[in-house]
Amino acid sequence: MTIRKLSEKLAVGVLFSSSTVTTLAVLFIIFFLFRSGIGLFNDSSVEPHYTLVVHKNNPIDHLTSQALMAIFDGHTTNWSEVGGKDLPIELVTIDEIASQYDEAALGESLEGVPACVEDYMAHNEQAIGFFDATFVPADFSGKHLVLPKISLADFFLGRSWYPTAVPAAQFGVLPLVMGTLWVTFLAILIALPIGLIAAIYLSEIADERMRKVLKPVIELLAGIPSVVYGFFGLVVLVPFIQRLFGLPVGETALAGSLILAIMALPTIITIAEDAIRSTPVSLKEASLALGATHWQSIRLVILPYARSGIMAAFILGIGRAIGETMAVLMVTGNAAVMPSTFLEPVRTIPATIAAELGEAPFGGTHFKALFTLGIILFVITFLINTAVELIKPKKP
Amino acid sequence: MKQAIWMFTLMAAFLAPSTVQAQKVVAKIKGSDTCLPLSQKFAEVYSQKNKGSGISVLGGGSGVGIEALLSSTTDIAQSSRKMKLDEKMKLQKAGKKVKEVIIAYDALAVVVHPANPVSKLTREQLEGIFTGKITNWKQVGGPDMKIIVYSRETSSGTYEFFKEHVLNKKNFAPSALLLAATGAVVQSVSQTKGAIGYIGVAYIDKQVKAIDVSYDQGKTFVKPTIANAKSKKYPVTRPLYYYHVTTTERNIKPFMDFILSKEGQHIVQAEGYVPTF
Repeated sequence: MTIRKLSEKLAVGVLFSSSTVTTLAVLFIIFFLFRSGIGLFNDSSVEPHYTLVVHKNNPIDHLTSQALMAIFDGHTTNWSEVGGKDLPIELVTIDEIASQYDEAALGESLEGVPACVEDYMAHNEQAIGFFDATFVPADFSGKHLVLPKISLADFFLGRSWYPTAVPAAQFGVLPLVMGTLWVTFLAILIALPIGLIAAIYLSEIADERMRKVLKPVIELLAGIPSVVYGFFGLVVLVPFIQRLFGLPVGETALAGSLILAIMALPTIITIAEDAIRSTPVSLKEASLALGATHWQSIRLVILPYARSGIMAAFILGIGRAIGETMAVLMVTGNAAVMPSTFLEPVRTIPATIAAELGEAPFGGTHFKALFTLGIILFVITFLINTAVELIKPKKP
Repeated sequence: MKQAIWMFTLMAAFLAPSTVQAQKVVAKIKGSDTCLPLSQKFAEVYSQKNKGSGISVLGGGSGVGIEALLSSTTDIAQSSRKMKLDEKMKLQKAGKKVKEVIIAYDALAVVVHPANPVSKLTREQLEGIFTGKITNWKQVGGPDMKIIVYSRETSSGTYEFFKEHVLNKKNFAPSALLLAATGAVVQSVSQTKGAIGYIGVAYIDKQVKAIDVSYDQGKTFVKPTIANAKSKKYPVTRPLYYYHVTTTERNIKPFMDFILSKEGQHIVQAEGYVPTF
């Protein structure tokens, strides 16, 4: 008697702890995500331990990340373009210093470098120097520029994503967010009607033999690894889309959406079918008894009853699509540009995280930016879930 | 703690010759992913020939390898770029003298679709194409066709090298398609008519056409081949380095000798890289 009670208590304990552990794991992951991503803002977009210097007569005190990139890419070539004097801009890094001065001046263990930097920068009013801070002497006669900080606006509204650009990295996530939303949106637009129709067919129309064949095949679709979908997309779908639309390049948002639609189908079909089949037989029979045809019953009785289950299928389908990484990474081309048509390459958030996290220095600005991208992804899915939860009708 | 490890390494270095045979090498190699297949092959062949050797090879990127050298968590740092000045200074501050050994060269080829009639480009034209100033093949003597730029991901060493040596440190066009692996670049270039990309010469095959490159404003164009890279005629060539601290040189000398031997350099050529001699 007591043994049975004890084992019951134990069973309850196991059930309780496993659900608690799951909840804690989710909370821990969210906490980790936010902890790693926060702190990005107000970091400098210039790598730590580096500094930007100009001549003391240069009126410029600070430059934005964008302005710095334009200067170092050679798009801005005159100081007057950024509000300075009418002088051509000369870029100076340690390589220029090393080629301007001989071994004797630089010193055997590089102890002469700061003096050379001082000398060069003092004599060249048009120069902008980008150096390791230890190469600039403490009594430097020129000016240190105020290093640009990453602001919320730069991050969320910026349109260029150059996380490893030197001297100033660019973290504009707008193209990545838009890319993700576009690809997911089209994928759901394709997958939802097909999935719903297939679910209705499987649950209401197909006979038992047909169902026994189709259902396992559809479920098999969910078991194919995403990298296989990606490879299929790259060698079959991408050239097909390129030829079909006569495009210069086949790696497009459309290719990503098609692959995602195929990948989301098993989830949508399985869950929607379960929901439709769970309609009580008494309801169906009542409808038929009132003289409704099979079609009318499906449309007016079964589908409204199964609405919440179909909504769940919709959410999980989006969840599958928005977070999918590998297949999208392989077929969308990953160019970080604002999407303007489905027939051009896009870069999605999951693909960006997967492609860049491995090489980003641990704890650095790039690393934090990638985690902030993870937070954005989390918030998007959270909002979708909440929205669907709110519009979901109560069960009759 | 660090000092204790350091002392232990030193002690091991002194004790080692008396207890083990000279050819047996136990070492860790860490760093560049470009060097990874080559180092793995070296380690495999060497361990087979010298029983009892244990050479472990890890990737992670050139910077990671050099960082590991600084924290004494690796014996050899493999790197696809020359050690940066500030990295050298950091090591110097930590009281470590570093020896640099060039183990092989890697040549990068610019490739286009086989049907593209353009077969040679100057460095300036390449800079224009990859930074997005030149957008149509007719601007460089080809057909009226949009140029599709394929690049490697921003974090790859190949990307950095190409940016530094071909693009003159300018950034790639934002519209460049970024691919995660060299194999993907080959696949995409082979199925896109207007494509241009860059890959190691080891990856050139019939699916793509390699472009002759000129670094003297179009006077001479050089074909990207292992032979041309070996004779230094082909300009887009980068050395691959091993860095190690001078104090551990004795331990790993047999292995380093093996790499620079005829046999070692034969492996280099067989793996599609350019031998040092």
